Amino acid sequence: MFAVETVNLTKDYSVGFFRKRPKRALDQLNLQVGTAEVFGLLGPNGAGKSTTLKLLLRLIFPTSGTARILDRELDDVAMHARIGYLPENPYFYDHLTAREFLNYAAELFGMMERHRARRVGELLERVGLTGSDNIPLRKFSKGMVQRVGIAQALINDPELIFLDEPMSGLDPLGRREVRDLILELKAEGKTVFFSTHILSDAEMLCDRVAILDRGRLQGCGELRAILSLGVSATEIVLENPSAALLSEIAGHVVREVRTGERVRLEIPLAKDVAPVLDAILRAGTKVVSLNPVKMSLEDYFLARVGEAGEVNRRGRNIDIALDGER
Amino acid sequence: MRRVATIAWHTFKESVRERVLYNLVVFALLLIGAAILFGSISVGIEHVIIINLGLSSISVFGLLMAIFIGIGLVWKEIDRRTIFSLLAKPVRRYELIIGKYLGLMLTLLINTSIMTAGFYAALAYEKRTLEVADLVALQAVYFILLQLGMVVALALLFSCVSTPILSAVFTFSLYIIGNLLSDIRWFGQETGSALVMNFTAVVYYLLPNFSNFNVISQIAHGQAVPSYLLVSNSLYALLYITILLAAAVLIFEEREFR
Repeated sequence: MFAVETVNLTKDYSVGFFRKRPKRALDQLNLQVGTAEVFGLLGPNGAGKSTTLKLLLRLIFPTSGTARILDRELDDVAMHARIGYLPENPYFYDHLTAREFLNYAAELFGMMERHRARRVGELLERVGLTGSDNIPLRKFSKGMVQRVGIAQALINDPELIFLDEPMSGLDPLGRREVRDLILELKAEGKTVFFSTHILSDAEMLCDRVAILDRGRLQGCGELRAILSLGVSATEIVLENPSAALLSEIAGHVVREVRTGERVRLEIPLAKDVAPVLDAILRAGTKVVSLNPVKMSLEDYFLARVGEAGEVNRRGRNIDIALDGER
Repeated sequence: MRRVATIAWHTFKESVRERVLYNLVVFALLLIGAAILFGSISVGIEHVIIINLGLSSISVFGLLMAIFIGIGLVWKEIDRRTIFSLLAKPVRRYELIIGKYLGLMLTLLINTSIMTAGFYAALAYEKRTLEVADLVALQAVYFILLQLGMVVALALLFSCVSTPILSAVFTFSLYIIGNLLSDIRWFGQETGSALVMNFTAVVYYLLPNFSNFNVISQIAHGQAVPSYLLVSNSLYALLYITILLAAAVLIFEEREFR
């Protein structure tokens, strides 16, 4: 069973006032998210991340394609008892206090009063709002509202939690707390499906990621595989290397960056690093460090999104050419 | 059912925190109090004035409350995006509509009760006593509540598709037209034109007819409402409210929240 599965999920919005025309927000998305994994949906603004989440929660309806959550159809509202959702930039009822709001959320799940009071207390403590639980939400800062949002998403102890940009608008401390919370949820065996455009968060948290750009899936896979497959070079940092040494090894080096007394050399994976090290040792130069250069998620992301942009640009050029021919 | 009750209770708590509600109740009570003054300068028809003005105040201020709060019921949830987290819970869309409706009706029931208590206090002050016969005014209050039930359903329907200002304009316009429906139909019959007659007949049957619910002056003159009218008006209001809420649910089921 997959926690989330989408098959050719597509969403077109109508744009324009007088002459309505469709704009594709999500294009044939195929995703499979396993249970008990932290899955990150990455992409720049307008990539289709929130659209995907809203489709899964049936806040909007697909133009074509299907999806299942916890092996149930999306229109099975009873399935919502097993999931939690934090919307992007959440906003809740001004007039309620955090405790009242969480109580309301718990009531909607049909929780009995005693269980409800205990669960609300637990969650207020977990998100660090115990002292502010009787203040109306209108007096809350953005970070505090986000915490309330997380608490309401967890009120029913869900198996699967959807978080739409959970770190947005948070200060570094708040972001760290949310990161810790996601790791705690993973340790409890929950599935976390979250969207973000902050790559460092995804790199720290996700088992797998999917990259969206302009509504299209650009890549999907295990983060470890993506990053370890991406060893692209060996980096050697030397202290005060002589000009003679640098010219001797110049043929092996693709990049040379000097910072003060130190020189950073990059030797591509295709070349053997042994002759370079030999020359360095013979010259008696001090080696500060020697490391494999791994691809970061950012490199991977930029490469995939960059490629997609290139394809799209080429596509547009072809369209323009065809238009010209016509 | 439990979820509908939860949403209704939440809506009730939300609407009783609206300051505009208290202002309207206070104004209504002041006007009912003022009826005593008007009554005292109208020789011989003190009771008629108090009953007319008192019940009319309940009707007008009840209408204002129903429109002011009704138009924001669903729109506010969409505009402030609280609907996102609400619909992500095991809440069916129709449960939200019905819950919202019942919540506001509970608010209106309580406010109408307060205004009715004020009305009877004014009547008791003027008459120095209250008789069983005075309870006949409750029939008019019941009809006011039926009307408010229809107005809230109208406001809720418009609130699903439109902004609060437009919803208020549509609801208020339909209320006014609904009070003039008998005249509109009479006008159609008077013209002698088959086209106009058919058109006004369609309008008469299609739009909510509020004119049958206005029994205030009848009550003020001591005439009880015939029981057939009590039954037919109750059934009519129930049917109309069901149709309006069903339409609101159908629209809301298809609505996307981007």
